Amino acid sequence: MDIQLKSNAPTGEISQRWEKHRFDMKLVNPANKRKYNVIVVGSGLAGGAAAASLGELGYNVKCFCYQDSPRRAHSIAAQGGINAAKNYQNDGDSIYRLFYDTVKGGDFRARESNVFRLAEISVNIIDQCAAQGVPFAREYSGHLANRSFGGAQVSRTFYARGQTGQQLLLGAYQALWKQIADGKVKMYPRTEMLDRVVVNGRARGIIVRDMVSGKIEAQMADAVILATGGYGNVFYLSTNAKGCNVMAAWRAHRRGALFANPCYTQIHPTCIPVSGDHQSKLTLMSESLRNDGRVWVPKRKEDVGKAPGSIAEADRDYYLERKYPSFGNLVPRDIASRNAKDVCDEGRGVGPGGLGVYLDFADAIKRLGEAAVAERYGNLFDMYERITGENPYKVPMRIFPAIHYTMGGLWVDYNLMSNVPGLFVGGEANFSDHGANRLGASALMQGLADGYFVLPYTVGHYLAQQKLEPVDANTAETKAALAAVNDRVNKLLSIKGTRSADSFHKELGKLCWDKCGMARDATGLGEALKRIPELRDEFWKNLRVPGTGAELNQSLEKAGRVADFLEFAELMCLDALQREESCGGHFRTEFQTEEGEAKRDDEKFSYVAAWEWKGVGEPPVLHKEHLDFEYVHPSQRSYK
Amino acid sequence: MANTTAPSRDLRALPAAPGPLGLLDSTIGQKIVMATTGAILVGFVLFHFIGNALIFAGPEAINDYSHLLHHSHGLIWVARAVLLLAVVLHIATALRLTAKNASARPQPYKVKRDIATNYAARTMVWSGPILLGFLLYHLAHLTFGVTPGPYQHSPEDVYSNLVNGFSIPWVSGLYIVSMLSLGYHLFHGVWSMFQSLGINHSAYNPRIKHAAIGLALFITLGNISIPLSVLLGLVH
Amino acid sequence: MMRLKLHVWRQKSGGTQGSFADYDMTDVSADMSFLEMLDVLNEKLTADGSDPIAFDHDCREGICGACGMVVNGEPHGPRKATTTCQLHMRSFKDGDELWIEPWRAEAFPVIKDLVVDRSAFDRVIQAGGYISVRSGSAPEANSTLVPKLDADAAFDAAQCIGCGACVAACPNASAMLFVSAKVSHLGHLPQGQPERYARVRKMVAQMDAEGFGGCTNHKECEAACPKEISISHIARLNRDLLKAQLTAAEEKKVSESA
Repeated sequence: MDIQLKSNAPTGEISQRWEKHRFDMKLVNPANKRKYNVIVVGSGLAGGAAAASLGELGYNVKCFCYQDSPRRAHSIAAQGGINAAKNYQNDGDSIYRLFYDTVKGGDFRARESNVFRLAEISVNIIDQCAAQGVPFAREYSGHLANRSFGGAQVSRTFYARGQTGQQLLLGAYQALWKQIADGKVKMYPRTEMLDRVVVNGRARGIIVRDMVSGKIEAQMADAVILATGGYGNVFYLSTNAKGCNVMAAWRAHRRGALFANPCYTQIHPTCIPVSGDHQSKLTLMSESLRNDGRVWVPKRKEDVGKAPGSIAEADRDYYLERKYPSFGNLVPRDIASRNAKDVCDEGRGVGPGGLGVYLDFADAIKRLGEAAVAERYGNLFDMYERITGENPYKVPMRIFPAIHYTMGGLWVDYNLMSNVPGLFVGGEANFSDHGANRLGASALMQGLADGYFVLPYTVGHYLAQQKLEPVDANTAETKAALAAVNDRVNKLLSIKGTRSADSFHKELGKLCWDKCGMARDATGLGEALKRIPELRDEFWKNLRVPGTGAELNQSLEKAGRVADFLEFAELMCLDALQREESCGGHFRTEFQTEEGEAKRDDEKFSYVAAWEWKGVGEPPVLHKEHLDFEYVHPSQRSYK
Repeated sequence: MANTTAPSRDLRALPAAPGPLGLLDSTIGQKIVMATTGAILVGFVLFHFIGNALIFAGPEAINDYSHLLHHSHGLIWVARAVLLLAVVLHIATALRLTAKNASARPQPYKVKRDIATNYAARTMVWSGPILLGFLLYHLAHLTFGVTPGPYQHSPEDVYSNLVNGFSIPWVSGLYIVSMLSLGYHLFHGVWSMFQSLGINHSAYNPRIKHAAIGLALFITLGNISIPLSVLLGLVH
Repeated sequence: MMRLKLHVWRQKSGGTQGSFADYDMTDVSADMSFLEMLDVLNEKLTADGSDPIAFDHDCREGICGACGMVVNGEPHGPRKATTTCQLHMRSFKDGDELWIEPWRAEAFPVIKDLVVDRSAFDRVIQAGGYISVRSGSAPEANSTLVPKLDADAAFDAAQCIGCGACVAACPNASAMLFVSAKVSHLGHLPQGQPERYARVRKMVAQMDAEGFGGCTNHKECEAACPKEISISHIARLNRDLLKAQLTAAEEKKVSESA
């Protein structure tokens, strides 16, 4: 395949680009919209919003999700908030500033045009959601409230207590059900996408499995939108939901879509540490805890087993305050995370397995009083106590970083269309807006921007330009895809080995975390790249999946997802290996400043790495989309 | 249930017809009917007790009161019609709701622990029929005077009827037990009435709750005091 | 480490009969979540060549609403305001015997083991649990002010995670708390007013058609709700329905838009 990476990003004055592009886009005649079928896979913020908006426009939409209801998509778990450049606080925010912060926060690895559009649309999102009845926090005057989030210098984050994602998702979910009621969207819950159908080079359908009956069938359409989230669960332990997986994106990749920047993964520093081998997921606690908590570990290895209260002040190492005196405990996520890893690597970590650091509120309680601390963090303290059984008012919390978000994803152009015509990708599943690192409270913004305000235009633009031949489930390509899926399911069921899918997943996750986690180096990545294919081979020889394919079979579902992670992990490590620089969430220990800061190499690596699939075990082909920065000029950050 | 999930149950319900009669067609409407008829019956029970409490003021007071009611130019029949309608609606709706509630969980739990509910709430379906039985007996006893046993009924002398009737220990016992049942029914019913009619406000809820309990206690203890007083010879 | 005796409801599929199976668990750590304890059991069952126990779960942080089972007669288990995924084994003690059952309600048919079909909830939302607003047609957000107390009350109701514990706990398998939470959430906001009374009638009709029972004010739903949603929302639902039924003008509007 000869692939030309065309971003299709408009040129000219950046603030006019989206406006101009919208005007230049082709429109579908209103009477013709109902003749087009659009498939949306995933029902989170991006998928739910896109399905609802496209249905509203008049397209026939089919929406698929693996959960029992679209309301359970993992967007629901986002806590902090959603950014928007409303400048309600009169503190100097603007679309341009949000754009600037996002490009800079992404460590200059995102496309400027996309980011500007995101910032521009952010204001419409708040309007839309407020009109839907999202109960945003309000001031006594009735105006919307804002807070400053994730170290931003302006208060631009809108929130609904600690459940912003839930409230935004329910807004999209309700809009979606209105379209379902109106007959414009058909919803397929408990249905998993297992493959994608390409006919004449265009995305024309998907192969799905009804997770209750086990029935595998083809669903055909004129365009396919994937909004299937990120791949954080390749690490097994992450803050993602248990069901989150890379399957839809990976299957699309195997059928020609390029996967971009898989090595960009984000770590969240304030999660509850692992308590034992049984651990199935990690729970995130809001970063706001670092506003008042002090991070420390014992100075001496010998003290790690002692009760924290018995360690004298002089024997404690408040390492963030020591190393970064001006930012202290509020250094950015990646720095806080890496430093936690470093002290644990030195053997000074606390708690089970030595993988944790203290987050101590004793000073805050002394300074503000227990009531004030409870007022600010009561919910989080309760959650911590519920999970660990320890009372954080009395004993310091233990925290450890965890995988939280993945910036990489399927490569898309400015229209959010992948290199395969007719295949669109929205939300966390695409790579588009966050570069190498995502700002806090920007994930919700991007998902909804894609779903409500970008895809509804760009999908129409694509459809208006095409002469699409009718396709059905009898098309040769569809039959082939169906057969491939059936083969794979049968294969998984017939291995009848001795190990469960979970056991492979855990092993893979640990490997990825150790070698391709918070800090990476060529040696470790080389080891991972050697080990992953071995593990994959063992998986296909020694997997055990009980039950049959013709029933609700959660082991089979897991097995399919783990099989794809076993292929995906290799690409992630490979991408991390080729990117010989440190940027954003990707930290190569060989490439750091003397102060231990990430050292970018703009000369060589100012590009998007978009990988082309060549087959299992075959080296993928790297395509590069060069990134130009006309407005925000790359600079090195410093938090000393 | 077939081996598939939702789509087999793809039904779309139409809302009940507008207007008060439509209330009979929804579970919430039925609750509102229960509460409204319940309110009428509570009003009656309260009024009935206050009238009967005149027994403590002597034979003349209560007999005059009875006389007044019986010569109210048909008003008593209006009241009786309203009460009858309320009783019929209350019972019929209760039967419908109970049937619906029973069919809502065809397979019971092996183990079920109740946390918030109470004895009175759980036994509404028992205290209700007990009260109906009592009502029939009570009408036969003190209104029509047709109950078996050593009891002399005189249509004009309510006072003697009460004294005669309650002098028989088992009759008094029956009344007392029934009134306890009424107490339980009111304990849950009066509060429920407010909740079902949507009379609920955080500022007034505790007061509503207390008033409901107070009313239930007042009516129950008050009613019990009459046969008890006769039994103890305080009224003779 | 604890030893536990589990009695778990096993049912092959919706059409088949189910029964309790007994499992002896050894080495249960107090730090495990309830679902992690079941994960461990499932790994063991898989190794032994038997069918693992199917149960719904996803986020495992108490917000998606996917998980839920009745543990010793209490939906989501013994801990207040806690979903099953956030329930930890330290809530139990060595030697405990646990009965684990699916939500039981006519409207929530069992699909397999502890997995039930809660699509009835979605259809109730479909009947009217939304504010109709086209993407892009919304006015500037601050042009409609919402008093803070109303916004807070709306949020309290909007926290519902749709897990179904209210139905599972209710002696009548009533969905009134779920329905009232949505009616109350939208009804507290100025944006929700135009459709307020049509919404309540449509949602209540769908709720009844799904086979849920009626509310007899036991308050079990409120006690079981992991988000502690108050039954005051049910009172509000009743009030709104009464008003909707008695205001006939509403009906005309509904038929015009239909």
